Amino acid sequence: MKLQRKNRLRATALGALAVSGALVLTACGSDDNTGTDTDGGNKTSAAASNIKCDGAKGQLRASGSSAQKNAMDLWVKNYMAACSGVEINYNSSSSGEGIVAFNQGTVGFAGSDSALKPEEVADSKKICKTGQGINLPMVGGPIAIGFHLEGVDSLTLDASTLAKIFDTKIKKWNDPAIAALNKGVELPNKAIQPFHRSEDSGTTQNLGKYLGAAAADDWKYEAEKKWPAPGGQAASGSSGVASQVKTVDGSIGYFELSYAASQGITTVDINTGGAAPVKATSENASKAIAAAKIKGTGKDLALDLDYTTKAEGAYPLVLVTYEVVCDAGNKADTLGTVKSFLTYAASDEGQKVLTEAGYAPIPAEINTKVRETISALS
Amino acid sequence: MASTTQLDIPPAPPARRGRTGSTGRAGDKIFLGLSRGSGILLLLIMASIAVFLSYRAATAISEDEGNFFTTFDWNPAGDPPVFGIAVLLFGTVVSSIIAMVIAVPIAVGIALFISHYAPRKLAAPLAYVVDLLAAVPSIVYGIWGALVLVPYLEGLNLWLDQFFGWTYIFEKTEVGVARSLFTVGILLAIMILPIVTSVSREVFLQVPKMNEEAALALGATRWEVIRLSVLPFGRSGIISASMLGLGRALGETMAVATVLSPSFLISLHVLNPGGGTFAQNIAAKFGEADAFGRDALIASGLVLFVLTLLVNGAARLIIARRKEYSGANA
Repeated sequence: MKLQRKNRLRATALGALAVSGALVLTACGSDDNTGTDTDGGNKTSAAASNIKCDGAKGQLRASGSSAQKNAMDLWVKNYMAACSGVEINYNSSSSGEGIVAFNQGTVGFAGSDSALKPEEVADSKKICKTGQGINLPMVGGPIAIGFHLEGVDSLTLDASTLAKIFDTKIKKWNDPAIAALNKGVELPNKAIQPFHRSEDSGTTQNLGKYLGAAAADDWKYEAEKKWPAPGGQAASGSSGVASQVKTVDGSIGYFELSYAASQGITTVDINTGGAAPVKATSENASKAIAAAKIKGTGKDLALDLDYTTKAEGAYPLVLVTYEVVCDAGNKADTLGTVKSFLTYAASDEGQKVLTEAGYAPIPAEINTKVRETISALS
Repeated sequence: MASTTQLDIPPAPPARRGRTGSTGRAGDKIFLGLSRGSGILLLLIMASIAVFLSYRAATAISEDEGNFFTTFDWNPAGDPPVFGIAVLLFGTVVSSIIAMVIAVPIAVGIALFISHYAPRKLAAPLAYVVDLLAAVPSIVYGIWGALVLVPYLEGLNLWLDQFFGWTYIFEKTEVGVARSLFTVGILLAIMILPIVTSVSREVFLQVPKMNEEAALALGATRWEVIRLSVLPFGRSGIISASMLGLGRALGETMAVATVLSPSFLISLHVLNPGGGTFAQNIAAKFGEADAFGRDALIASGLVLFVLTLLVNGAARLIIARRKEYSGANA
């Protein structure tokens, strides 16, 4: 009798262990928000034939922006499958750490959400002996505004209402300003809980740039990596903001589109003043990036995005992430790998896989210049 | 110093030999050299770390355009750089006070129960379970806090607001989930329970049996025994235990970073989301900070270091005083 009870206890414990183990595993699974693992295998073999591994060898360390992590993961996987004997480690810490590592000379290239600042360029001249650090726009993407409001499945907002919501000037969901943009939608009398990033972030900075450009009257803050406005609540990382929005009724927050897709969060359509409200999708983001101008001088290809574009179907709230490299004076042992890898990333194939991960390809005109610059790296 | 002079005199007199433990054999000399060397090395490492940190902190503070102690902002990457520790100091102290107010009475209660009320069969496992709380990694507390505590505390927050809103402290002026200093305080209280409980328990167990038996013989009830002999004897022990717990609460990082919704505002409305602590701010800002931003964070860390040092120093003082007291009884 006693023995039986012991066995039953043991079985229960085992069962509990199995259940929690399964939960842990599924949790890991859903963390991968690229959603391309299943068909990635075929793509790899198809892509393998076109990747040129000339001069690539050994190990390449890179570090930087977590906003382009999912894109980088795909590229690295495809590239390493094609070029045997080459190992690329992209440490998706943050743009800040990436640039610090780049200027210390410990990485071959860095990923960054925003272009190098003048003092960072000055620092880079110590590492790039004969040149300096330049920005190559490689990954674009929409910043989605996700919301959670019971009973409301679609929502249209414009830059001005977004600015007022994130500045906690609009406090209720049934505010007349929101209602005017959403005719026929029954908005509840519920408090709005805006969520922003708790740590410094390039995504925050890009949202700030957009609001500052498209709603200058309602958003008086400088576009910085740190969240500028008082009020609202903070969560850590895009994933943190997304999971808060997912759980809290009445909340609204911003993050890269892939997080909205993986968590099943509804996103806001933006009324740009064009013909119809624009959805946050990769294609729509690409259309908006096409309106960008290159502001960098020389080989630097830093972009000046046009946040006020009214072009049809152009989603204006976009983020462009750069790869930071030396235009000349790269280390001899990593130059070949950097060139070869970035050539693949900027190629048609490399840019095409971006859409699978919720990013947007860089428009052809800019991309041509990126490819020219990469082939001239020395 | 006595030992250095002793090295110069080869035939050491027996009394001195006893003091340094040296028998003059080669092994002893090597061991003496090794241990002295490690001691000096440790001091050198500590000193160089301190110099490095103070230097980095000083460069950051000298370029700070705001007042380091009164500015309500943290923006070392800005132009001009502005940062101050006022919000962090406030948040750290307030959340720790909340933790102490909740944890100390409960810990003393548990310690009294384990040492004086519980049957022996129950006391040992109970003490063990409480100690086990100390072994749970803080990030696990953080996840538990974010997933379980925060949603459950919303109800408590509304209740506190409704019935104790007049106290100003418990007035809830902002809508929002309970990712507040109050929630952090509750979480910290749970985290410091084991250390406060186990130190208090040890102290209560050392109350001289004669005192208790004398009180019982005079007809005191068990509560009177505790009130008249256990608590007065253990008072300094409870205080030092609380200080140790406070030291832990001040420096807690990951649990706070996971639960709190940080913002650079000081508000006495502890139920509102917002606030920040030193350790949480360092964890949150370190990743995106540039070299100067890291120096600024180091400066804030030094302030936390000094704060913790003061608390631990106070605890040591109290413990040292208690030692004499108990030594007289032994």
